[in-house]
Amino acid sequence: MNKLVSLISGIVFGIGLVISEMINPEKVLGFLDLFGNWDPSLAFVMIGALIVSSPLFHIIKKKEKPIFAENFNYSNNKNINNRLILGSTIFGAGWGLIGLCPGPAISSIALLDIHSITFVFAMFVGFYLVKLINFDN
Amino acid sequence: MNIVNFTPVTATLGGILIGLAVAVFFLFNGRLVGISGIAANALTEKNNRFDNILFLLGLVIGPILYSLFTKNEINITISNSFILLIFAGLLVGIGTRISGGCTSGHGISGCGRFSLRSIVATITFMIVGILTVLIKNFL
Repeated sequence: MNKLVSLISGIVFGIGLVISEMINPEKVLGFLDLFGNWDPSLAFVMIGALIVSSPLFHIIKKKEKPIFAENFNYSNNKNINNRLILGSTIFGAGWGLIGLCPGPAISSIALLDIHSITFVFAMFVGFYLVKLINFDN
Repeated sequence: MNIVNFTPVTATLGGILIGLAVAVFFLFNGRLVGISGIAANALTEKNNRFDNILFLLGLVIGPILYSLFTKNEINITISNSFILLIFAGLLVGIGTRISGGCTSGHGISGCGRFSLRSIVATITFMIVGILTVLIKNFL
């Protein structure tokens, strides 16, 4: 059953990215163009997501355990260190160059656009490189 | 600053669906969604690999189901060179693994549980993203 939940969560997440148009990098770049022609939509996507997920998170985590798993499993890492800032800076630069972050990039594979597929391939190479040099925790 | 192309209603609706997906995944499977983590772990970790692959598959199926049922066409515009696409893809892949999260993991799941670490990460990648676009516009 947890397999079905994974698939359905992914589908709902992907539909959310389409309805909010976050799947379109132009829309994301519009948000990042704060000092030019600014499109505030991305902020409303974040607010919409947080209004739902934040209260539910705080209610759900009080449960003894999740419905289809033995225990809740999420990072308790509280370190605000150079790695966090360095990684977020590198990510932010890549995000600002094209307007794609991992979720929309993967969802846009559905459109069979060679540009986004190239991006996703390079992104997975990036994931692998960090693993290879054992720089992830 | 001019405000253009602003779509608050569909943005909020889409955001609510994303928030629901995160909450459902947490309630049933006990994990918090972060796409960069799910994707990287699907590639490199045996643990939960099938779950992670199914989630990613869902991400791709979502837009297909949407266009089948609504008959709406999904338009995206990417006109960058392949060199730049590869460079930016590498930056996103490397950066999110070093910092342990992306727009979903830090931005939604992390900020949603008031993790200061995630709030700092989110502010950092947003500022750098905004600066990157600012610099691009000057070039």
